[in-house]
Amino acid sequence: MADFLINTVGLPGWLAWTVTAVVAAALILNVIAGGALVFIWAERKIAGRIQDRLGPTRTGGKFGWLQSLADGIKLLAKEDLMPDGADGMLFRLAPYVSFCASFCAFIALPFAFDFVGQRMNVGVFFVIAVLGLEVFGVILAGYASASKWSLFGAMREAAQVVSYEVPLGMCVVVPVMLAGSMDLVTIAEKQAGWFTNWYLFHDPFTFVIFWVYVTCAVASVNRAPFDLAEAESELVAGFHTEYSGLRWSYFFMAEYGSMFLVSALAAILFMGGWNGPVPIATIVGLSEGTGDTANYFVRLLGMANLLGKATLGVLVMMWIRWTLPRLRIDQVMTTCLKYCTPLAAAMFLGAMLWQVVLPGGLMPRFGRPAGEVREGWLPGPGGGGAPRSLDAGKVAQVKS
Amino acid sequence: MTPGVSVLAEVAALPVAAVNWHSFFFVLFAALACGFAVAVVAADNVVRMALYLVLSLGATAGLFFLAGAEFVGAMQLMIYVGGTLVLLVFGVMLTAQEPLVSIKGSGRDRVLAGIVGAALLAVLLQAAFSVRVWREPAAGVVSDPAATPIGMSLVGVRVDEPPAGGPVAAKRPGYLLPFEIVSVHLLVVLVGAAYLARAKRRKTPRAIEVAASVEPPAAVAEHAAIGRSRSAGGSVLTGGRS
Amino acid sequence: MSAGVVAVVPLLGSLLTEPVSVAHYLVVGAVLFVSGIACMAVKRNALGVLMGIELVLNGANVNFVAFASPYLQAEGSRSLGIDGQVIALFVILLAAAEAAVALAITLNFYNNHATVDVDRADDLKG
Repeated sequence: MADFLINTVGLPGWLAWTVTAVVAAALILNVIAGGALVFIWAERKIAGRIQDRLGPTRTGGKFGWLQSLADGIKLLAKEDLMPDGADGMLFRLAPYVSFCASFCAFIALPFAFDFVGQRMNVGVFFVIAVLGLEVFGVILAGYASASKWSLFGAMREAAQVVSYEVPLGMCVVVPVMLAGSMDLVTIAEKQAGWFTNWYLFHDPFTFVIFWVYVTCAVASVNRAPFDLAEAESELVAGFHTEYSGLRWSYFFMAEYGSMFLVSALAAILFMGGWNGPVPIATIVGLSEGTGDTANYFVRLLGMANLLGKATLGVLVMMWIRWTLPRLRIDQVMTTCLKYCTPLAAAMFLGAMLWQVVLPGGLMPRFGRPAGEVREGWLPGPGGGGAPRSLDAGKVAQVKS
Repeated sequence: MTPGVSVLAEVAALPVAAVNWHSFFFVLFAALACGFAVAVVAADNVVRMALYLVLSLGATAGLFFLAGAEFVGAMQLMIYVGGTLVLLVFGVMLTAQEPLVSIKGSGRDRVLAGIVGAALLAVLLQAAFSVRVWREPAAGVVSDPAATPIGMSLVGVRVDEPPAGGPVAAKRPGYLLPFEIVSVHLLVVLVGAAYLARAKRRKTPRAIEVAASVEPPAAVAEHAAIGRSRSAGGSVLTGGRS
Repeated sequence: MSAGVVAVVPLLGSLLTEPVSVAHYLVVGAVLFVSGIACMAVKRNALGVLMGIELVLNGANVNFVAFASPYLQAEGSRSLGIDGQVIALFVILLAAAEAAVALAITLNFYNNHATVDVDRADDLKG
């Protein structure tokens, strides 16, 4: 987009890059905020239906479409309280830390082939690392609330999130190993074609790893059945007991943003990302190129595909929340240390051996992309020489 | 559209257009890192010190990204900020009782530390600017992917400085052995730390339990003294058990 | 004050327009290192001393990464390259290990003495 602004509109370089950055940030913020809006409504409707009732039906017509808006207005209008013994600076800072961690992880998340905030060579690693920073907001909130229950909830949640990062990391390494790159765009591109190309169906070990990933991701974002940090029946509301109004809504948006993020990550790592179960674009005849209108349409289609998969993941998380009972903290830790971690390690070993013995994968690869996406590091067929320059824009920026 | 573009042209004529954005972000992250590091020294409340340390190390990770070491930057965020500092903050929370949250050092210590620190800083700054090669930057290089070369260097294939016969032909000793040694080291350290910090069964109550049962802080010091003598006796008693 | 501002503005201007070099990174590393040492010397809280140690290690890491970067070196001179990045990686790992042990020792001390004040750790004093 910056090139478009520089060449067509005639803006100077620095202004074009700034405008591009602002637009990208605004788009990502809208994904999180708009997503939160939709998911709040969806959560209440799904919760209602699972509990054999209707959910919101009054605000905005028969299906309660405007319930989220009403909730938002209510939160904005609430009184902004701060407990007496609370550490003022930390109390005010905590929601922003949590939200920033959730938001920053979206920088590296690609929505389609070229729709990524910053295409990083270590994309997967960056996302997992930044997701782990959300725990600081929680700890600060729990401590600064000057309340025993908030501190308990915060400590439990911190222990849970940090423990589950270990099996989460191991689960994430398997698709990285299969793709040969930590770049999220590369991982998704290698799954182009029909759904048989998806890493989910690559080998049985990866299939099991996917379910371990789902468990660890649900634990990592503190959704039921792992939500004792905000256990409504035990700790009032855990670490965000003392937060009201807009401050609380930041925690809420951080939680829904993280849910969407781990679902989108699952879609990219295991389910082909923006490459659908059926390669519509290739069937219809549109091809990938650079700077074409049809190309742009293909990418929009891919983005809609990814958003659909991520939304499906979030809806499944909500379904699980309202179906399964909550686990105790010792059961949560047992699940992590005694079940998820050894299972993830064993499956990782299995997937690694599978790559050595049977590198092609289990399913026949229909619709495999014509050119292999390869980084040419070593001399060999189809590659060789110096690595491709990933982003010419970066050179221009460093030089300017 | 045209008046807007002319306004933008005027804006572009400002010296803002000459700013090197890489340098701008370097100055931003460096100011954050250094500022928060000084704030760690200056703060008295240990919880705020921990927060400032987190922000300082996060800004350092940004500096790593700017220098092109993306893998090291992501690793700093994940291991240092997301692991080590969470551990530190847990420790702070566990020991942040009221009289201990703000312990002030003596004035004499501060003056001495200030003098030594300033002297060391002067020496380091002079050394930093003394080497000519370190003062003149390159014109700008194509960004190389950072993760794959590190992975390949583990087995000895160095792609950053390809020797004569190509990277595979002229293999150098890789980093795999130090990596394995550090892994075993981490395992040993964590087992040892978990053993060291375990809850032990004691015949006499621990000083912390004695201290917790008495509210006023003035009594805490007294009980700490009692606890010390008691634990000296207690450890002899329980030496065979724990 | 205004004289200081007048002197600082051209410095800031040159910082923002010229590309940064290794020396700038070394300055940041030096400030972090000295802050860490001051923290270790001044703080009476054992966890404050531990934070000083982390700052020292980070200062050293910034130096290593600066020497390892191919962008920052002058034309014709070679950076440390991958070696510098791998060393920085090992420093991060070992710092994590050392922080774990130091924290275990601190918690043990706290359990035995009900305080984390390092000035109270004088049982072995002669």
